[in-house]
Amino acid sequence: MEALCRFLFFFGLVKPLTLVVLGLNVRRQHLLPQAGPAILVANHNSHLDTVVLLSLFPYRLAMKVRPVAAADYFFKNRYLAWFVVNVLRIIPVDRRLRTGAAEMSRGVSAALRAGDIVLVFPEGTRGEPESLSQFRSGISHIAMSNPGAPVIPVFLHGAGKALPRGEAMLVPFFCDVFVGEPLFWCGEKTPFMAALQSRFEALAVEGDFARWK
Amino acid sequence: MKLFETINPSFLAVLSGTLFLLLSATIIVTLLSRLRPARDFEELNKRVKTWWVIALLFLGALIPGLGVTLAFFAFLSFLALKEYFSLIPTRRADRRVLFYAYLAIPIQYAWVYVDWYGMFAIFIPVYMFLFLPLKMVMIGETEGFLQAVGTVYWGLMTTVYSLSHLGALLLLPHRGGSVWRSETAGGVSLVLYVVLLTQLNDVMQYIWGKSLGKAKVVPSVSPGKTWAGLIGGASTTVLLSVALAPYLTPLSLPQSVFAGAVIGLGGFCGDITVSAIKRDLHQKDSGTMLPGHGGILDRVDSLTYTAPLFFHLVRYLSF
Repeated sequence: MEALCRFLFFFGLVKPLTLVVLGLNVRRQHLLPQAGPAILVANHNSHLDTVVLLSLFPYRLAMKVRPVAAADYFFKNRYLAWFVVNVLRIIPVDRRLRTGAAEMSRGVSAALRAGDIVLVFPEGTRGEPESLSQFRSGISHIAMSNPGAPVIPVFLHGAGKALPRGEAMLVPFFCDVFVGEPLFWCGEKTPFMAALQSRFEALAVEGDFARWK
Repeated sequence: MKLFETINPSFLAVLSGTLFLLLSATIIVTLLSRLRPARDFEELNKRVKTWWVIALLFLGALIPGLGVTLAFFAFLSFLALKEYFSLIPTRRADRRVLFYAYLAIPIQYAWVYVDWYGMFAIFIPVYMFLFLPLKMVMIGETEGFLQAVGTVYWGLMTTVYSLSHLGALLLLPHRGGSVWRSETAGGVSLVLYVVLLTQLNDVMQYIWGKSLGKAKVVPSVSPGKTWAGLIGGASTTVLLSVALAPYLTPLSLPQSVFAGAVIGLGGFCGDITVSAIKRDLHQKDSGTMLPGHGGILDRVDSLTYTAPLFFHLVRYLSF
């Protein structure tokens, strides 16, 4: 049942939505992981971000992608909760609890050990559309606990225009996906976070996008 | 061969001609990359491969009949408009306005489908022209209003109104001049005529400009466009136009010379207009959908001029 739902979700929604309605401009797709374990790090503007990232993988690998997502948001509704747990297979993080981060970290490590590809949005929220905010440090704990897994930065642009936070109407826009060179845990938190943030700033400059206001 | 007897002979001729051209291009590129391994022909190779896909999709879309052909053109307009909206700076407040601009696509092509020429001709220049600013006013964001209303409307005119004239050609001289009937001047053959000449004109201007020519036509917009390319390309298009006109159009000899010149020069104008937009926005290509070509807009830019120009020319002269 869940497998069928995942199949329908991927070929009935993810692929047509990204290929026909939105359209993708992908740079350096070859830098995406060919197998798990790996940590995908992306900026977050829209619910479409996960859909766009899933569509970049062949079906077999897309089924291994496990997005880290807010339990306090997605578990509010029973049907949505079923969907994110069984179809998206999220690793929940409860942003309200103090133990939330540690619990999420355990879930991530287990997934990586199983050879999955973990997807993290370190901005922690979709926030203002198409603007990059400060990364939270949870990603450094994930990298520290799993030093063998490559951290692959992916900069997204466009999905936030197509479906920004608080809007229900989808307006088609091409989405830009810039994949960066992989990073590894360097042993210390501050330089790792700085390296990751600067990697994203470099990717963001690449597109020369006008600010959306 | 019952099938071949039912196909319009001019369509069959264009189909085989196109396949012959593509095959020659593939052979030339393969030979070139074998003979001169030092030079990189990857970009040219990709471009020819994409030409195959474009040609087969386009010719294939003409076969099933009016509805499918119009749906194909509407989808082309959608891709071009989406690329345009993704390229230009838009305002956050205008998301709904853009949605209505997209909605104009199926409506505009529906007028063609029901053969309502009057509405086809004015729907975007009158009704959408008046409606879009009103919608923006209702949203209430005045900062950047003039630029927003101007750019959204320009995109709609170019990618939807202009390109929809390809669909309108299908209604000349009567509904659905089809691939299957043996007519020499049906609507489909007019579409074939203008699309084939426009695309060959692009290629010819490129080849002429590459092989000779130094003086630039508009160096500040498109440094690759030379006078030799423009004149050589347009002349080749006139020759082709004269050669094809008796089979595909009702145009007389002098009329086909004029039509060839209009397509040759119009194609050039469409090309540099989109170049100017890309230059303004510091982008090399309008997108990445067509490997070796760039985006959809890079491919249909010339058609945004030649389709309406040719439509009104042939409608005035022959119908």
